[in-house]
Amino acid sequence: MIITIVIWIIQLLFVPLASPLCIGIIRKIKARFQNRQGASVFQPYFDLWKLLHKDEVISKDASWIFEFAPYIVFTSTLVVGMSIPLVAGFINNNAGDMLVIICTLSIGTFFLALAGIDTGSGFGGFGASREMTMAALAEGGFIFSLLTMAVINNTTNLFMISQHGTVVHSQFFLSTMLAFFGFIIVMLAETARFPFDNPATHLELTMIHEAMILEYSGKKLALMEWASANKLLIFFALGSNLFFPVGIAQTPTFWGLGIGIAALAIKILLFCLAIAILESSVAKFRFFRLPDLLLISFIVNVVAIILIF
Amino acid sequence: MITAITLQYIFLGLISLFFVGAIGSLLFRKNDAVTSLWSNSFAILASLAGLLFATLTYLYGHSLSFSLGAIALPIFSLSFHIDKLSAFFIFTISLISLLCSIYAIGYVTHFYKKYDLGVLGFFYHAFILGMLLVVSSSNGLFFLIAWELMSLASYFLVIYDRNDPSNIKAGFLYLVMTHAGTALILIALLLLYKFTGSFDFETIASLSGAIPLSIKNSVFILAVIGFGTKSGIVPFHIWLPSAHPAAPSHVSALMSGVMIKTGIYMMIRVFLYMLWPVPTWWGLTILVLGSISSLLGVLYALTEHDIKRLLAYHSIENIGIILLGLGSALTFTSLGLPSLALLGLTAALFHTLNHATFKSLLFLSAGWVASQTHTKNMEEYGGLIKYMPYTALFFLIASMAISALPPFNGFFSEWLTFQSLFLGITLLSLYTKWIFVLAAGSLAFTGGLALACFVKAFGITFLARPRSEEIAHTKESSFFPRLSMGLLALLCLLFGIFSGSLTWLLQTTGKDFVAFKNTASFVSVSLNQQVLIGHNFSFISLASLFILFMFIILLVIYITRFVINKNQKISMGTTWDCGTDLTGRMEISATGFSRSVIVIFKGILRPSIQHNVEYHDSESRYLAKSRSITLGIKDIYQSYFYQPLHRAINTVSVRIKSIQSGNINAYILYIFMALVVALFFVL
Repeated sequence: MIITIVIWIIQLLFVPLASPLCIGIIRKIKARFQNRQGASVFQPYFDLWKLLHKDEVISKDASWIFEFAPYIVFTSTLVVGMSIPLVAGFINNNAGDMLVIICTLSIGTFFLALAGIDTGSGFGGFGASREMTMAALAEGGFIFSLLTMAVINNTTNLFMISQHGTVVHSQFFLSTMLAFFGFIIVMLAETARFPFDNPATHLELTMIHEAMILEYSGKKLALMEWASANKLLIFFALGSNLFFPVGIAQTPTFWGLGIGIAALAIKILLFCLAIAILESSVAKFRFFRLPDLLLISFIVNVVAIILIF
Repeated sequence: MITAITLQYIFLGLISLFFVGAIGSLLFRKNDAVTSLWSNSFAILASLAGLLFATLTYLYGHSLSFSLGAIALPIFSLSFHIDKLSAFFIFTISLISLLCSIYAIGYVTHFYKKYDLGVLGFFYHAFILGMLLVVSSSNGLFFLIAWELMSLASYFLVIYDRNDPSNIKAGFLYLVMTHAGTALILIALLLLYKFTGSFDFETIASLSGAIPLSIKNSVFILAVIGFGTKSGIVPFHIWLPSAHPAAPSHVSALMSGVMIKTGIYMMIRVFLYMLWPVPTWWGLTILVLGSISSLLGVLYALTEHDIKRLLAYHSIENIGIILLGLGSALTFTSLGLPSLALLGLTAALFHTLNHATFKSLLFLSAGWVASQTHTKNMEEYGGLIKYMPYTALFFLIASMAISALPPFNGFFSEWLTFQSLFLGITLLSLYTKWIFVLAAGSLAFTGGLALACFVKAFGITFLARPRSEEIAHTKESSFFPRLSMGLLALLCLLFGIFSGSLTWLLQTTGKDFVAFKNTASFVSVSLNQQVLIGHNFSFISLASLFILFMFIILLVIYITRFVINKNQKISMGTTWDCGTDLTGRMEISATGFSRSVIVIFKGILRPSIQHNVEYHDSESRYLAKSRSITLGIKDIYQSYFYQPLHRAINTVSVRIKSIQSGNINAYILYIFMALVVALFFVL
């Protein structure tokens, strides 16, 4: 009983509380690669705190869409954050269906793009156009990479996938790896990382995500930044628990839960390291080369599904 | 106590209401306001009667058969057969026509003193009546009469706004295409008559075992093309993007929301009821057609900047999605998996209902925008959310529903369709699995592109700054249109939240068929609207998702607004403008928004750019007087399907023309030869 409560508290709070740390760790590692000292790994928390206490300027062209988009975007990441397997695979959740996750994340994308258009700035509008183009093309790869795991485990519920998956299916190993490869591409696109987008600049040539939130300030900017950090962590958690559900708690014991938490932490750290290395070693792609990458993700996943029998 | 006789009387009553409404509209045509009130209130009454009739038929639980009049010809009778499938379509048609008629009370005022409202009322009633008769008739010839009534009435509604020559052209294209389709349907019915000796649908169904497979296959091809033309399946859809926008908006809503579904109804009726059991390749063909329609529909929608044409292309996309459900149902039933087939059919029916609600809402709200701004060009909109906040909200809700965002209804039916495709991928063997993978892939991309398209449609129309002078004179919708749009928006949400109960109801619809007589259901629904597919294959509950989402968002709003930094100052400023004055022309336009998608899909969409520069001095070519760029999209089905067809018909016609010499003797020779040939065949 206590364990179930602990797990639910982790489900509710882990993603929003840990996500700024992930951003901090990635930035720190990147700074070390660039021979810089870098800011503390807790700097994103300070940034959010500072933004939450600042005053705001809102464009007079903006409507209530601009006003409410940050809440909707942030909430969609919270809802998804609590509907994906984190440390335990045995709890049941009505929202844990793969399509529900994907489409709830789409709610966030939808309102983010609308908010980008709402202020009537050219930056925001083109950011929205690029974001929606990428999101539309990433959808196929996203659904199919999760579908590969769903077909292997004969369920589309993410908790059940992470539960079944602890038995290493050697016969499905190739499919799992291909699906994971496709998933990584989609992850980079959806979370606006290299080579799709540069999360560190406001230069208009590279901007997708940053362009849409250009007009935000104060609390609303904090929510937007926080939501994108949440989204990154959600993808890390999906990647670690669907494709490598090693260590995730299968029975309600404290020992299993402890291992589950430790395994999740290690896997997420590995993801942070991988992202930092990737961002330090590749350049951003030209916009019209990105569809090739996303189609590769889709095709690789189709191959992965066909290989299952 | 519901009896068959009561139901018959209600049905006759609703038909006579339509007659009274139609005739009355013509009689009172001298006074615009009276005509409008008369025709719309009778349409409302008749639609309410239709809703009552459909609900009672569901409760009655058996199918209803009766004939009208004493016409006892061997092949023709005014006979009706109303089972749950018909009742479901009667319900959908009545629901949408009820809300469209409420909307029309406030909407048709801008036709006053311009066009004859009596004619509008007459054809409006004839149109709805035609649709109701199509889904309830059970005699092939009677069905064809109803089908023609529906087609012709809608043709006259398409050309109602007759001062615009493009509407006349659109109407003509519609007339030609729909009759080409009807011709094929007629051949299909005649083939069935030849082998069963009856035009009665029930008799055909009971004798279908006697029909040879080759004839069944030809009927299938003819029916898919014939009904597919009405439904707007690619490549038979060319009439749809031009005809739907031409009609008055409440008629567009009916055409897009329900009329194209009559084609789907007849496909279900012919394939699953009359010709069942079916070969596997039928279902696979429908899956392929559905994939192509959904993908191409949404791609062409993205290229459009005429708001009603954009919505019309989305109807093609959604018909594709319905076909994916129907195709999987046909495939499963032919492979001996009736439980899964029932799931696919339920998905198709649910999407039919959902598409009817959100698409009519989109057409009604877009229609209000177009009637206020006097243009359908999205490039001239912008910032409308400040002038018509309710219309904007309703359009937003419908956009979210059609883009399959939870917890709205569109998400649920796409989810069901995805489930039946996923189950196909999991269970079927290699060759059929490929088709299901293709279908699921196209549905996935369709969802993503539809999301992009509705960010464009809503964002460019309602957000940012106005891009033309007209915007400042626009007004919010009046009471009746707002009421009807509000009800539709509410339905979009409720159909999503109560998707569990609706799924259960729609399953009973499917169970009426012989094909699913004793089928164990693959879907179970629990009280909290949780829908479970198979044995833990997947389960969701949109009701709990909705409650969770609302709870968290209220919490987030409360904490950020009233707990953290309560004394925050919010000031208004201008958008970052780089030191210039921002005008409406500096925003992103509809063309600009979709340009990157068009460039990415240039293999299919074939975009063209034409630069025209006019110089002050054509010798030196330094100073340009004016520059213009024309962006175009090439229709591949036009250039690779219809134009070659057109050329072929022309070539043949020219050849045939040479026998028309004008010489009487030659004509007498032709008559003699025809006579000889005829005698040869007869004797």
